[in-house]
Amino acid sequence: MTNGSDNLVAVVATGVANVASVMAALRRLGREPYPVSSASEVMAAQRLVLPGVGAFAAAMQRLMELGLVEPLRERIAAERPTLAICLGLQLLAGGSDENPGVRGLDIVDGQVVPLPARRRPQLGWNRVAPGAESRYIKEGYAYYANSFCLTAAPAGWVASWSHCDDRFVAAIERGPVLACQFHPELSGAWGRECLARWWEATGC
Amino acid sequence: MLTTRIIPCLDCRDGRVVKGIQFGNLRDVGSPAEQAALYESQGADEIVLLDVIATVAGQAAQAETIRAVRQALSIPLTVGGGVRSIADARRLLDCGADKVSVNTAAVQNPDLIDQLADQFGRQCIVLAVDAAACTGGGWHVVTHSGRQPTTWEVADWCQVGEQRGAGEILLTSWDRDGTRSGYCLDLLRHVRNGLAIPLIASGGANGPEHLWEAIEAGADAVLAASIFHSGDFRVDEVKRFLSARGVEVRR
Repeated sequence: MTNGSDNLVAVVATGVANVASVMAALRRLGREPYPVSSASEVMAAQRLVLPGVGAFAAAMQRLMELGLVEPLRERIAAERPTLAICLGLQLLAGGSDENPGVRGLDIVDGQVVPLPARRRPQLGWNRVAPGAESRYIKEGYAYYANSFCLTAAPAGWVASWSHCDDRFVAAIERGPVLACQFHPELSGAWGRECLARWWEATGC
Repeated sequence: MLTTRIIPCLDCRDGRVVKGIQFGNLRDVGSPAEQAALYESQGADEIVLLDVIATVAGQAAQAETIRAVRQALSIPLTVGGGVRSIADARRLLDCGADKVSVNTAAVQNPDLIDQLADQFGRQCIVLAVDAAACTGGGWHVVTHSGRQPTTWEVADWCQVGEQRGAGEILLTSWDRDGTRSGYCLDLLRHVRNGLAIPLIASGGANGPEHLWEAIEAGADAVLAASIFHSGDFRVDEVKRFLSARGVEVRR
């Protein structure tokens, strides 16, 4: 699985999220990330990363403008290798308290709510407890930069957990689809191993 | 639980480390990427790179520095130095910064904080605040690397920054910076009280004991430069000390 095209990974670049760190982390793994912003590229990619920072509404608006909402829904419904990061995870939900009334990709059950924490945003490293059936997540510390989160495991997905004042969803996974609230690309050696496990499990 | 962050800070000018590692010839190499990677390997939770642009050519050097550090680093990178506009911030982020730090320009134009937060999200915006003690007690904000006093009371300015969209406050005691006499704990407590966002303590550390004091005073993260650059302490050593004192750190 090391021929040219098998080493490629598409990274959704909407112009609002910073993708340099994700690209750098994938390159450190020896992979070849390339930016995509069209429906056809999103559909065609063997592996796809959906990074995200910023506000829920702005990101959904941008995905709509680029015509990526349906392609992303189809991709994930078909369980094709996809990694969503931070806001990328939240976008999979039906909606968010951050911007009430704005519909998300609505792929997983649940509403995004304020992080149960005394200080927001959460900026720093928090311990992750992997779900019993997780393929990708091991115990360790992950780097977070978020004010919102899921607090319940969506039906049909394996969830891993972290804690502030109460527990919240660290990651959800189903087959080759992994969505992390933390930033694996900024989580040191632990994050690198997480990315590597996703990569190995999503080969052709 | 969220752990307390230990953040080594690299001071650069035109892409060169100016307060470098003191041992042997390494000082002349001045490679921020090597230093950042060394600190990551010791267990640093984040790197702050303050790169002051002193010359026109400095902008290209700064971009090159950030790219090189990003390539080496798999922990968060905050970059500050000369951010005056959305375009400045975007340039740093495109090079691989995860967060940008604003200081003087935000005091001159507070709307800049709102604009940056709207554009990039508040988790991306660090408001760096330099505080100096007033003769009659209390602290006021200073700008231009401490040269210029302002009329802002420090806690008021931090709260305005929070309301306008800063994701965290990097608070430097201008009286303590470089003195190695410990963080200004009264200043930290004073600012912490009215703040909901994370607070990073900076200025004055001479050893692990000082970092512990700042954390006890309410800092969510502690930044230090010279204690690490001098080789006096390693990050993992500091973390062992803090952990033994009951502070939760990533190890």
